[in-house]
Amino acid sequence: MDALERYEPIVDDYAAFREACERPLPSVVRANGIKADPDRAAAALEDEGVTVTRRAWNPSILEVDTDKPGNTWPYFHGWIHGQEEVSAIPARVLDPEPGDAVWDACAAPGSKTTQLADLLDDAGLLMANDDNLGRLSALRSNAERLGATCVAVTNEDARRFTADGFGIDAFDAVLADVPCTCEGTIRKNADALDTVGREASLNIAALQTDILRRAIRLTREGGTVVYSTCTFAPEENEGVIDRVLDDEPVALVDFDVDLAHSPGLTAWNGETYDGSLTRAKRFYPHQNDTGGFFCAKLEVGA
Amino acid sequence: MENTSHRFERLPASADERDVEGRATREAVLSYWTDRFGVPRDVLAPYTFWEKGAGKIWIAASDVPDGLEVESLGMTFLRTRQEHWKPTTNAAQRFGRHATRNVIDLSPADARAFVAGEDREVEWDGDWGYLIAAHEIADGAADEAREDADRAGAESSARREPLGVGLYLHGELRSMIPKGRRREL
Repeated sequence: MDALERYEPIVDDYAAFREACERPLPSVVRANGIKADPDRAAAALEDEGVTVTRRAWNPSILEVDTDKPGNTWPYFHGWIHGQEEVSAIPARVLDPEPGDAVWDACAAPGSKTTQLADLLDDAGLLMANDDNLGRLSALRSNAERLGATCVAVTNEDARRFTADGFGIDAFDAVLADVPCTCEGTIRKNADALDTVGREASLNIAALQTDILRRAIRLTREGGTVVYSTCTFAPEENEGVIDRVLDDEPVALVDFDVDLAHSPGLTAWNGETYDGSLTRAKRFYPHQNDTGGFFCAKLEVGA
Repeated sequence: MENTSHRFERLPASADERDVEGRATREAVLSYWTDRFGVPRDVLAPYTFWEKGAGKIWIAASDVPDGLEVESLGMTFLRTRQEHWKPTTNAAQRFGRHATRNVIDLSPADARAFVAGEDREVEWDGDWGYLIAAHEIADGAADEAREDADRAGAESSARREPLGVGLYLHGELRSMIPKGRRREL
């Protein structure tokens, strides 16, 4: 049995799903509003002979007909950043306000961090943490190239992260884009499925649960936590959230993303999950010609 | 007190408040950008400034407690503790749009050489030293930056965009683009 076969019962049009997973991803960049508006970035790319297709759901997302957007003037100027389309979902769902205190718990290499900085109008405090020192250099150089000044980078274990010392009591918004088995990246990483499976998912779910709990506990009452992964595995998605719903003061809330998707699951592999998990969204590769993604929005203190 | 390289220490407002020898002051940093590049003080006034690493000045949108031991705070902004201060590439890109003097406009060929890290003979009849190098690209430069230029009576263009910092000496512009940021375009 291959690694994706177990999803046949939950994926609509399973054949199209498998077929999409075989195809390479379109080349997509995000325009960085800190340094240029998307119109100017698109115009500069077109001037270099790159055809740009805008995405209706998010005007900052540009599909480009080049494999090397990094070798363009807009990239050099920090106007664009290579970011897979579905990876741009969670920051939009978190939707922080300028001036907010925000924690990005697992931030490297910084695509979502810099998108959050853009949504903050680069005003506020965005703590970007990652426990992997090697990946922090990419996070730092991306943040600098994109001109973000509201980002502070830390190198801690997210499970033990504390806001003490930063002059804030609690965060207004937290992104928990947790480490996962990355099954949804199969279209760009051919070996993405080599080590996945129910066992691997159950193993990493303990870490994911601890990070999500930490995110909730560091968020003020009425604040927002977005939980996301790039995997299909329910053990790492609905299963993790179902566990924290039991004993943390948090509730799933509805959100809109103008992309085709499927609702979160309420049953899997003989287990049932809280009914509110239908408020989470699953994005499958064949639905929007993207990678795979899972995203849930939680309100703290509810 | 000495500069401690592992913590972010706030720049003193002015020389009167300085208790770390040789540390740049906030006043001097703002004045440098105004005097050297004509960047209006109100552009940089909302930011906080920090030293971490000898002479390395960081700019941050956030006001956080003094002495944080974090990996980075905002972006590296300016190299001080040397005779001629030097803005970083990323600072020039982010704030250089507001510059109204000591900006050298490069031809397309010179701009490509500059971002590839090459030194070029370029005509320039202004000051020697560190300049902001710029070129023209698709228009749409922010209105605020053009207003700064208009106020200063300086040349402005909706197409002008800063590339980084060059060192102009003896008829030659030396590219200061760091290796990791260079591109063959």
